[in-house]
Parts: sequence; C-alpha cells; structure tokens
Amino acid sequence: MAATQEGMVNVTADFPGTERRPSVRSVTPRPAAPDRTPSTEIVLRADHLTIRYGSFAAVRDVSLDIRAHEVTAIIGPSGCGKSTLLRAMNRMNDFVPSCAAEGRLWYRERNVYDPSCDPVELRRQIGMVFQKPNPFPKSIYRNVAWGASINGYQGRLDDLVESALKQAALWEEVKDKLHQNAYALSGGQQQRLCIARAIALQPDVLLMDEPCSALDPIATARVEDLIDQLKTRYTVVLVTHNMQQAARVSDTTAFMYIGELVEVSDTNVMFTNPHNRRTHDYITGRFG
Amino acid sequence: MSTVTAQFEPRLARRRAYGAVFAGVCLFMTLVGMVVLVVLLVNVARDGGRWVSWGFLDRFPSRLTPEESGVKSALFGTLWLMFMTGAFAVPLGMAAAVYLHEYAPRNRMTRFIELNIANLAGVPSIVYGILGMTIFTRMCSLGLSVLAGAATLSLLVLPTVIIASRESLAAVPDSFRLAAYGVGATRWQTVRAHVLPAAIPGMLTGVILAMSRAIGEAAPLVVIGALMFITSIPKSPMDDFTALPIQIFNWMDEPEIIFQELAAAAIIVLLGILLPMNAVAIGIRAWQQHKKAW
Repeated sequence: MAATQEGMVNVTADFPGTERRPSVRSVTPRPAAPDRTPSTEIVLRADHLTIRYGSFAAVRDVSLDIRAHEVTAIIGPSGCGKSTLLRAMNRMNDFVPSCAAEGRLWYRERNVYDPSCDPVELRRQIGMVFQKPNPFPKSIYRNVAWGASINGYQGRLDDLVESALKQAALWEEVKDKLHQNAYALSGGQQQRLCIARAIALQPDVLLMDEPCSALDPIATARVEDLIDQLKTRYTVVLVTHNMQQAARVSDTTAFMYIGELVEVSDTNVMFTNPHNRRTHDYITGRFG
Repeated sequence: MSTVTAQFEPRLARRRAYGAVFAGVCLFMTLVGMVVLVVLLVNVARDGGRWVSWGFLDRFPSRLTPEESGVKSALFGTLWLMFMTGAFAVPLGMAAAVYLHEYAPRNRMTRFIELNIANLAGVPSIVYGILGMTIFTRMCSLGLSVLAGAATLSLLVLPTVIIASRESLAAVPDSFRLAAYGVGATRWQTVRAHVLPAAIPGMLTGVILAMSRAIGEAAPLVVIGALMFITSIPKSPMDDFTALPIQIFNWMDEPEIIFQELAAAAIIVLLGILLPMNAVAIGIRAWQQHKKAW
C-alpha cells in the first residue's frame, strides 16, 4: 500500500467486491466561491420522494439533487423532515419499524430503495455522522479500524487509521494514545473521531446529522473547518438547524418546511436573495 | 410584601415533620427485613454450627449413626445440578434474548411471546416440577437422573434468564447499533462486536441470580421423585442424585433433635454456596457500572 505525500492512503480498490465508482477522486482544489463553476456531477438524486412514519408523511414529494464535492446543507425548523430525508440516503430509516418510502432516491445509477440495493453495502459508501458523538466504547484505534476490517479492507490498518485521523484533524491530539478508550476524549474530539470512523471506509458521500449540535463553539468551529476540507474528497450532506453554519460551510442550501422542500439554491443566493417568501421569513428569523 | 405573606402559608415545620415521619417508617421497614435475616442466620449457626466441618462435607448421610452423617451426596448432586442447569439454560436463555431483542420484528407475535415469558417467570416452581416429571422423567424415561433434574431446573430458570438478558440488551444504547450499521456492519457483526460485549456483564448478573434461585429449590425436585435417601455421588448425568435442599428437607422430617441440627448444618453449606454466588453477581454489576463510559 503506497502512501501519498500527505500521508493519505491510496484509495483504489481496497475493498473487494465493490465496483469502482466513476473517477471522482482527482483531488483538485476548486477555486474560491465567487467564480466557482457548480459541479455537474450528481451523486444523489431524490425524485418525488415521500417518506412516511405510519400514516404521517415526514417528507413529502421532495426532489433534490446533491452535487459531487459540494457541501449541501439542509435547513429548516424542527420537525420539517430534514433528518428523515438525510437518513433515507443511506437507509438508516430502515431501523424505524413504521417507516416507508415512496418515489425514488438515486445514488449514482442505483435506486437506494430498490430491493436489489443492499443497505449494508450502501452504507459503506455513504457514511454517517450522528447528532451526538457516538464512538464505540473501545479504543480510538478500534473505533477507526473496525468498520474497515469488517468490510474486508485489504490494506494496512495502521496506515488507514493514521490517514483517517489526519483527515479528521485529530491525529496530532491522539497519536500517542491510540489504544485508550474513546470515551476519554472530549465531546468535540469524539465527534471528530466519529468523522474519522466514517472516513476510514473511504466513502463517496458523508451524511452529517447536526454534527455540531452537542458541541461548544470552539469545537464547532473546528468541525466546520474540517467539513470545508472534507469536500475536496467527499460529497457532504449536512443537516443543521443553525443557519449561520449552513451559510458558513455549504455551497448549496436546501430549505425544508413541514416535510416539503421549499427552495434549493446556491448558498450565497439563498442567504442574500431567497426566491421564496417562507425561506426569506425563516432566514431572517421571523419564525422557526 | 404584604400580599406575599397573605397568599402563602409555608408551614415549613409541619412539612418537615411529615418528611421525618416517612423517613422513620421506611427505616423501620428496612430494619424489619434486616433483623429477621440476622435472627435466621444466628439461629441456623447456633443449631448447626457445631456439625459443620470438612468431614461433614465428605461423609454420606446415615440414619443409624447421625453423628457420622455428612452431605457429600447432596453437595455433589447440587454441584452437578448447577453446572448442568447452567449448561442448558445459559446458552438457550441468552440466545432467546438476543433473538427477541435484536432480531425479532416488533409485532404482535413477538409481544405475545415476551408477555408469556414474563408470565412463565411467575409460575410456581412446583408446576415446573410436574412438567419435568411428565416430560423428562416419564416421556423421556430419564427417571430420577441428574439430567432430568437439571432439565427441570432449566425450564424453571429459563424465563428469568431470558428476561434478565433481554433487559441487559435493552440497556445498550441504540447509538452503538446505529454507529455500527453506519459503517456498513451487518446485524450479526453489530451484535457480536458491540451489543454483546456491552450486555454480557448484565446478562451474567441475571444468570447467576437465577442459578442461585434454582439450586435452592426443593419443590420441583421432590415432584420428579428426588426425595430419596442416596449415599452415592452421581458419576454420570444418568445417575440418581439428591441435592442439598432435599437433604435438608429429609432431615427436617426426622423427629430426633440431632437431625434438626444436621439440617441446620446443611443449610449453612447451602448458604456457603449461594452467598458467594450472589456476591459475584453484585461484584460484576458494580464493576460494570464503574467501567461503563457512556
């Protein structure tokens, strides 16, 4: 396993039995915001997606494109369905017994809700970071390495752990205590460890469900910086109820309200000149 | 200011007095239990203490020379029962709990099964004795063997083991399961690597407490026919056996005072097994709570 100059592991075909994705791995830093050309590659596409809990439709007829190597923020007041939509993208809603989806949700050329789509395989490629840091009650090393080892990772685990922790900006803080229990870390460090754990699977997409809501402002700032770096390698979908956070880190913002997708646009446009009246009211703090 | 004094009448002294009375009543209730237990232990130790010795553990019971009696057959019978019951009930109970909590769909059938297991835990032990007699002693022709006894006691403890194991699984935070699924784990990988390690100390505590109840049981063994005078130790699971509670029951039945004292001595031996088991269970629980990071 050859390590590249940044100490990162080469990411080609380390996992057996997974077809190669179209090459989205060329790491060219995109130009700064004003003159950026939006990526045209669609990674995830919700197509008239409705998600119900029993008879209650939490997400109603949502159509949304997630573009590669962008941070897409989904904002909206509590209960608007943004987390439900996010958790649909890697089938984490499967664990809610009454939850059912209609419509289509495309991950590249596959329909996520098609019976032929294996959620276990899907989740290897679409990683998840949860609202509350939830490391395993094991060592820091095991936390990062476990997902890769159960998925048949062929490379050297030590290299992978180091690379993932470096990408998660945690390596310097933990390199001397990799075998300590993860719960000895602070909340912010635990959350970056959870990000490292997701990255270690070399996913295509990272789903983040209000990843900073349990963190203090300094830890939040670190995670936000991290999200900004991560988008060069991964496609990030971020659910947040913090509008400033969406404005700071996202490229595209989607605003949801009572299960419906009200508006999607370039983040700059969304926060300066929203098209929709409800978006305007929400962003200016008139409700929510 | 004046309106405040007009609208509230705090009566603090009276409220505190009620509190003190309640605390006193609770303390008294606690002491009742403690005192009864201490009196019981002292009484048993006074009656049987002088008969307890290593020789008492190594001799067989004798009707003709009671002062030469011992509990060897009963002690070995109890140990056989304990290990065999454990060998049956622990894997069965834990596996059933894992299925019910981690795999079974949350539907009416599962709830029905769980409700019935909870009911079974409340069924009197003598009923299990009758069941054991019918199934194991008669239908399976196991007679009065250690196997029949252990199988009967397994039925008795199984509901308790399942319930304790299931509660222990339920105490594992869902965030671990979601985290494992989130990195592409299958259900078994999740259960094996994260749920079971977190749940096993609690399961063990429940298992030990259930087992200590089982080896103190006399009624189901009496029903399957173990109320016999036996002066040999079982060599195989198919051999006849007796157990400490039965030996105690036997001796209590004799009119002479010396047999009452021997029964008390056998009770001390039984407590000598039970109390350390319970101490281990409490120890595991304390260790787990101390270790638990989440």
